Amino acid sequence: MATVGTTKAESDRGLVVIGNGMAGCRAVEELLEREQGRYQVTIFGAEPHVNYNRIMLSPVLAGEKTFDEIVINDRAWYADNGIELIASDPVDAIDREAKTVTARSGRTVAYDKLLIATGSDPFIIPVPGKDLPGVITFRDMADVDHMLGAAEKGGNAVVIGGGLLGLEAAHGLTLRGMKVTVLHLPGTLMERQLDEAAGWLLKSALEARGQTILTKADTAEIVGEHHVEGVRLKDGTLIPASLVVMAVGIRPSVKLARDAGLEVGRGIKVDDHMVTSDPDVLAVGECVEHDGLVYGLVAPLWEMCRALADGLVERHSGYKGSVTSTKLKVAGLDVFSAGDFLGGDGAEDIVLRDASRGIYKRVVVKDDRVVGAVLYGDTSDGGWYFDLLKKGEDISPIRDMLIFGQAYASGGGQGDPSSAVAALSDDAEICGCNGVSKARVVQSIVGGAVSLDAVRSTCKASASCGSCTNLVEHLLSLTLGADYGGARTTKTLCKCTSFGHGDVRREIVAQGMRSIPEVMQKLHWSTPDGCSGCRPALNYYLLCALPGDYKDDQQSRFVNERMHANIQKDGTYSVVPRMWGGLTTPKELRAIADVVEKFNAPMVKVTGGQRLDIFGIKGEDLPAVWADLNAAGMVSGHAYGKSLRTVKTCVGTDWCRFGTQDSTGLGVKTEQMTWGSWMPHKFKIAVSGCPRNCAEATIKDFGVICVDSGYELHVGGNGGIKVRVTDLLCKVATEEEAMHYCAAFTQLYREEAHYLERTAPWIERIGLEYVKSRVVEDGEGRDALAARFLFSQRFTQDDPWAKRVAGEDAQFHQPLMMAAAE
Amino acid sequence: MTNWTDVGCVADIPVQGARNLQFGGQPVAVFRTVDDRIFALVDRCPHKAGPLSQGIVHGHTVSCPLHNWRIALVSGEAQGDDKGCTPVVPMRLDGDRILLGAPAALADAA
Ligand SMILES: Cc1cc2nc3c(=O)[nH]c(=O)nc-3n(C[C@H](O)[C@H](O)[C@H](O)COP(=O)(O)OP(=O)(O)OC[C@H]3O[C@@H](n4cnc5c(N)ncnc54)[C@H](O)[C@@H]3O)c2cc1C
Ligand code: SF4
Ligand code: FES
Repeated sequence: MATVGTTKAESDRGLVVIGNGMAGCRAVEELLEREQGRYQVTIFGAEPHVNYNRIMLSPVLAGEKTFDEIVINDRAWYADNGIELIASDPVDAIDREAKTVTARSGRTVAYDKLLIATGSDPFIIPVPGKDLPGVITFRDMADVDHMLGAAEKGGNAVVIGGGLLGLEAAHGLTLRGMKVTVLHLPGTLMERQLDEAAGWLLKSALEARGQTILTKADTAEIVGEHHVEGVRLKDGTLIPASLVVMAVGIRPSVKLARDAGLEVGRGIKVDDHMVTSDPDVLAVGECVEHDGLVYGLVAPLWEMCRALADGLVERHSGYKGSVTSTKLKVAGLDVFSAGDFLGGDGAEDIVLRDASRGIYKRVVVKDDRVVGAVLYGDTSDGGWYFDLLKKGEDISPIRDMLIFGQAYASGGGQGDPSSAVAALSDDAEICGCNGVSKARVVQSIVGGAVSLDAVRSTCKASASCGSCTNLVEHLLSLTLGADYGGARTTKTLCKCTSFGHGDVRREIVAQGMRSIPEVMQKLHWSTPDGCSGCRPALNYYLLCALPGDYKDDQQSRFVNERMHANIQKDGTYSVVPRMWGGLTTPKELRAIADVVEKFNAPMVKVTGGQRLDIFGIKGEDLPAVWADLNAAGMVSGHAYGKSLRTVKTCVGTDWCRFGTQDSTGLGVKTEQMTWGSWMPHKFKIAVSGCPRNCAEATIKDFGVICVDSGYELHVGGNGGIKVRVTDLLCKVATEEEAMHYCAAFTQLYREEAHYLERTAPWIERIGLEYVKSRVVEDGEGRDALAARFLFSQRFTQDDPWAKRVAGEDAQFHQPLMMAAAE
Repeated sequence: MTNWTDVGCVADIPVQGARNLQFGGQPVAVFRTVDDRIFALVDRCPHKAGPLSQGIVHGHTVSCPLHNWRIALVSGEAQGDDKGCTPVVPMRLDGDRILLGAPAALADAA
């Protein structure tokens, strides 16, 4: 209740505002618009400036604007409206009993109504060195001045945080001549606004501008004696820097309010008219929490300020919360995001990827309403989608055209895409990658190419990036009419793409693609982050194409490979250490026995591949089990992987009276050459010392049968569900040749099979003759294949267990609570 | 009234991954999706009780590591032609902290 309000004239009422920022001043503006002179206004500001447009600090940093250009209200505005601005004097305390505020200078001012608009405090990650000179945040004009000062000296800057703010800081500093590295903890830039695909495009674009972007980069400390000298990551990397900008997030600035006993959650709690738990105290802007939500963008503030002013003049509209959208203010990079961009249950994604123009658009639709959108490269329709979203309009009538944007969707007449294709002129380009015209496509269809694959192989249309696949299919159905079955002859890799495995593998190599999001973008994946079918396949294809370069994506691996152990039906794991060629020693047996006892493994079993399998190990015990096995010199047997499993052997000449060659020795050597290699599927080898074939080499992926005159090499066997006996590949005379052919064959399979296709179905699909032509008849080709295999082995023959024992990816093994208990 | 227990922070969960824990006498999986959302389910696949925390996370679903059923993270329901549901664990975020709902609520669900 306004105690003095009844005795004083209306115009004498005192409104004190704490915070001369965007919300505080806008609230006053709204109020003045409704009723001049109702309140005597005093504004306290911590900063020395008049009210300026904070979001324009980024352009000021980038040199696109000056401070004067971003001032919203100059001195004259304060004077004209009789507002007293007390700048450079932050309020330190609120006394709600006495209804006064006291600032740092000691000045005390009484209020009838108090408005708190203190905004946010930047979050500082609590690492050693955070208080060193040269470590700053990006919040106000003083920060910008600091950055400009540092940039004048040049050198290296590190920006911690790859969100909106961090990227704008990085952009400005780059333009000012600094060498900038952005450190971002999540795997995707701007992960709160962008999905992985758009984040990847953004990252590539920033890298092309000379910035270094490190994702999954966890800061350990900021180093330096008297001033920052660099940033050290948890993985040990040291990045030199003379300036460190922390832009990892903001927290509502609530200290004053809390100290004054107001109700505070994440922000100062307000009702629909921005009134706090004290009816004479209002709050607005980033410092408030409304209906459980806090906001970090300006659009909601405007709505809050309107509701606040309405309330103060006793009009009752009220604030109902806001939906927000975001744009990145970095010249030439168009990024837009709004609403819920991964819609979850019942939501459908409509995705458009245009690789050659660098465009990615995704609209999320749920119950025929737009609920979210992410646009990259072309954001011109952002406003339109946002409008549809806010209004909750039924989009079913324009659904087919929604993704093409407003101009197209409201074009009406173009409703039928087939007729649009029919209307294209003969020389219209259908396939941009290969420069194929409509006439050329029609000609090859008429000439007998009656399926998409046939068109792809005859005239190359749609054979590269695939973005014209729809056009080609329309031409097929227009040209063939009822004769076009529509069915594709090769199966697609999964429902996320129109490409088959072979196409994807070929394009990865041809276009030199380097990451899963890149493949998804360039090949027009229809889902944001794929599925459990394509992600493991792409991960393998990239691994195979870029040995040593590609960084394996653990989250795209099935659990067995992620955990380097076999998951069993009760959720425990089994562990198989490598026993080369099936040989073992007392020391190894003792180590295994000790592990079994120590970890109460309920069972040990000899496997079909002559190894020992220890069952019933808990996920969190795995590193300790491996540590013990490693200590006895044993490494992972990869019994869990799409990789070389075992080389099974018989005893051969050493002991057996029939043996013709040293099959055990050859088996051991072969295993040492091939272990650790990732494959399209599991891969087994065996070496038998004579045609009695005790090692069952004729049902292995690669089998060797030793004979008097040398070695018979067999391929494509399978002892699984569908038993298949090997085909004879050829005969060679020496052990060296046997191993060389083995390497070449293995690499051919690694490079050309589909993911999850074992050698048996692979050979039945491509034919034995083809394998022979590559591995037996073409000597040079064979050497090259073997060389590529051995090259890639240089990067994979380190024991994954040892890395885990050393602490890599420890989080996969610890239950979450442990982290909480720290 | 739900009692909330702090079980860790968002950064503890790998993106497109999960962590598990025992909570209220139940195995619970806490997932983090590509868009940085957090979900919590009882860590038991409705098919044959596979540990969902060990599956591949894509979109807002997880594929079970045992037989590849796809489970929606929001509802715990099996997708596609499969039928079944695992209980959703009450979860809320306080800033970066992950809070799980009272064991009582879980026991009811189970
Ligand atoms: C570099 C940058 C770029 C941005 N870009 C965008 C964008 O593109 N789009 C968008 O929507 N949003 C953007 N934002 C966010 C936007 O600026 C904020 O949402 C908005 O400024 C919040 O308004 P506010 O009034 O609540 O807080 P502020 O504008 O921060 O104002 C709070 C003011 O209160 C003062 N203050 C704090 N405590 C006291 C005290 N005790 N006594 C006196 N004064 C005090 C502060 O000094 C400050 O001046 C950006 C922010 C930054 C920093
Ligand atoms: S395969 Fe021949 S050499 Fe090997 S153990 Fe059997 S009989 Fe002996
Ligand atoms: S237990 Fe999950 S799919 Fe079978």
